[in-house]
Amino acid sequence: MGLLERLTRRRDVAVDPLVADLRAVLSDDRVRIDGAERALMAKDASVFGGGVAGPTCFPTSTEEVQAIMAVALRHDSAVVPRGAGTGLAGGAIPLGAPIVVSTGKMNRILEIDAVNRVAWVEPGVINLDLSKELRPHGFHFAPDPSSQAVCTLGGNVANNSGGPHCLAYGVTDAHILAVEVVLPDGTAVMLGGLDAEPLGYDLRGAFVGGEGTLGIATRIAVRLTKNPPAVRTLLLSFDAVRDAAETVSAIIADGIVPAALEVMDQRITVAVENFVGAGYPIDAAAVLLAEIEGLEDGVDIDAARLEEIGRANGATEVRRAQSDHERELLWKGRKTAFGAIAQMAPDYYLHDTVVPRSALADVLEQVYEISERHGVMVMNVFHAGDGNLHPLLLFDAREEGTLERVHAAGAEILRASLDAGGVLSGEHGVGVEKQRFMNELFTDADLDHQNRLRRSFDPFCRANPGKVLPMGHSCADIQALRAVPAEVWG
Amino acid sequence: MSTLTIDDPVLLGFAEEMGAEGPVTVVGARTRWDVGGAVDPAARELTAPAGIVAYAAPEMTVQVRAGTSVAELEAELAAHGQRTAVPARGGTVGGAVAVGENPADVAARGRLRDAVLQVRYVSAEGELVTGGGPVVKNVTGYNLPKLMTGSLGTLGLLVEVILRTNPIPAASRWLSASEIDPGAVVGELYRPASVLWDGSTTWVHLEGHGPDIDAEHRRLSGLGGFSEVDGPPPAPDHRWSVSASDALLLPGSTDGDVLVAVGAGLAWADRPQPPRPVDPGVEALSARVKQNFDPSARLNPGRKVGH
Repeated sequence: MGLLERLTRRRDVAVDPLVADLRAVLSDDRVRIDGAERALMAKDASVFGGGVAGPTCFPTSTEEVQAIMAVALRHDSAVVPRGAGTGLAGGAIPLGAPIVVSTGKMNRILEIDAVNRVAWVEPGVINLDLSKELRPHGFHFAPDPSSQAVCTLGGNVANNSGGPHCLAYGVTDAHILAVEVVLPDGTAVMLGGLDAEPLGYDLRGAFVGGEGTLGIATRIAVRLTKNPPAVRTLLLSFDAVRDAAETVSAIIADGIVPAALEVMDQRITVAVENFVGAGYPIDAAAVLLAEIEGLEDGVDIDAARLEEIGRANGATEVRRAQSDHERELLWKGRKTAFGAIAQMAPDYYLHDTVVPRSALADVLEQVYEISERHGVMVMNVFHAGDGNLHPLLLFDAREEGTLERVHAAGAEILRASLDAGGVLSGEHGVGVEKQRFMNELFTDADLDHQNRLRRSFDPFCRANPGKVLPMGHSCADIQALRAVPAEVWG
Repeated sequence: MSTLTIDDPVLLGFAEEMGAEGPVTVVGARTRWDVGGAVDPAARELTAPAGIVAYAAPEMTVQVRAGTSVAELEAELAAHGQRTAVPARGGTVGGAVAVGENPADVAARGRLRDAVLQVRYVSAEGELVTGGGPVVKNVTGYNLPKLMTGSLGTLGLLVEVILRTNPIPAASRWLSASEIDPGAVVGELYRPASVLWDGSTTWVHLEGHGPDIDAEHRRLSGLGGFSEVDGPPPAPDHRWSVSASDALLLPGSTDGDVLVAVGAGLAWADRPQPPRPVDPGVEALSARVKQNFDPSARLNPGRKVGH
């Protein structure tokens, strides 16, 4: 630690009783207030700014999280939980200089219980680390967001995260049996349970996807999914994006529920090929990556039917992965798509909407039209089986007026999705990104009831204020926008 | 202008009938009327509107009014080769969602609460409210469908839901064997629809493609002599919600007949499940939920969730 930092730190401790109290319940080194830490905590993986972090705490136990909440209560301070900061909707961006509670040091897998098919984990455990740990036991954790190599299970719970394989298995919510939560009043409660129908209201279900506005998860019981005995991975090529989208609708309509159905357009496949060489055809307008899991005979039956449906809907080439290596390569391409894009433009904005599967082709056409009209480059890579679109807008924020055009195009894409009978978000959440659109999906009464749920957990809007509900439907605005003396945390 | 503004005159009519004052209850088919205790007799009895509103089989979703019978919904879906996670035991769809019980073959059909994509209910203030959305994947805003599923009509009176449907598998087979370790059965099979065990006999339900069922049947034969049967035995009267590990202990520790849904966290016994402990913190949180959604305590008064 440099002399300057030490001096600054001593002065801050002297002037800031909040920091002193936090250090008293944790330790000096686990309450950080240096500029670098606060700059890091002010952002997530979204394009949104405006975050101002207060002190960042690194608790190691439920009791320490409770102690932080008690200090927050005494100081009338807000609290924002934080995992890996990979969120794309600004959910982890601290508004109004709240205490940031990092789950980074709560990263233990506590128990793997094969009889109950459950693993107890701390919130800072990384998604992929859990599945790797489970592999020798014959299980995995089904939700597999693209960020799974770095994102945490606490973050997955907060965002009710999805991923390609959620088509067959459901999103995070379906895989969380119980969660211990420290409520904003400092109480620790166990929500849900290992039985089929835990007693009382489904507060576990209400908590999952709460975007950190309902409390902080400190222990999580995740459901273990048995590894499939057989897997078939197929790559179908099409001359038109519409053909790929219609194939997806036709597969679902036929009664096949593959583990994953992912569509990538040509701009994506070209980028991916240049990046990792996944073996995608670069002359096809779109490819469909399909995966079928199950027992040996059934996967072949479904794969054959899927190929047939693909050909009937215009597939120009149908390929089955012949080895684990080929299969892994095909998935590596899909999972590194966003990394590949980062090579192509300084900035990108990844959208997330859901439409009925039958509307996919039409809405995609509108997405291309809207982007072109606003002069923004768009690429599409998405969870087609769920109707979950992820238009990726590429831009250079240094060019004047570009960000405005990107946001204008994004707003039109959202409205096109809503007009098609869809919703605002399939897996990224609302955060600060989509608050202002909530009124276009929900009535005032609907939003009022969502706020009743929020207030039940957090009567004073102390947990991650300023998120999810639009201003005017939440008490959050009062807390979030409370003036913070610039010289303290500005 | 919200895309979700409700103009269904049937739903609006129910909201008007319910009004904003006085104790009310909604009556389905009374198949689970005793769950949560007796309703205050002073409560005005209402009947939820019925009918399948929209069924998009290729989307695998169905929009159905709460008063629709489960039998009618099942028949309509089966005609298109589909089914839902609503337990097949009669009653109304609204009643099933309000009670929130899972199907016995939860491993095959999924949990009911995960199948409820959208809820519409009339609030204590007499307003129509929509939670969730019509598509199969949605994280837009707070999860009111989860809160309403299993809430016994104490937070709002359900009038309509959108449910996720699933394809009915191509083939189905029930097998049975005696003196087989049910844990070994669950460990041996990939994803059985259900495994039932009464302490001595094990019943296994396999679903899927025919050749897969044959293969799983052959695997089971390695454990003992499984023979094909028509179906499972009738379950004892009282449903128990217990962890999978605790459920396996029941046949040895409970008087009378017991049937365990192995690995599902469910069992049935001749006597009711003893009261389960309630965490005071959870109780306080639940009380705040009730107070916020029903400040005048007019919705199904007397009925308690979690007791």
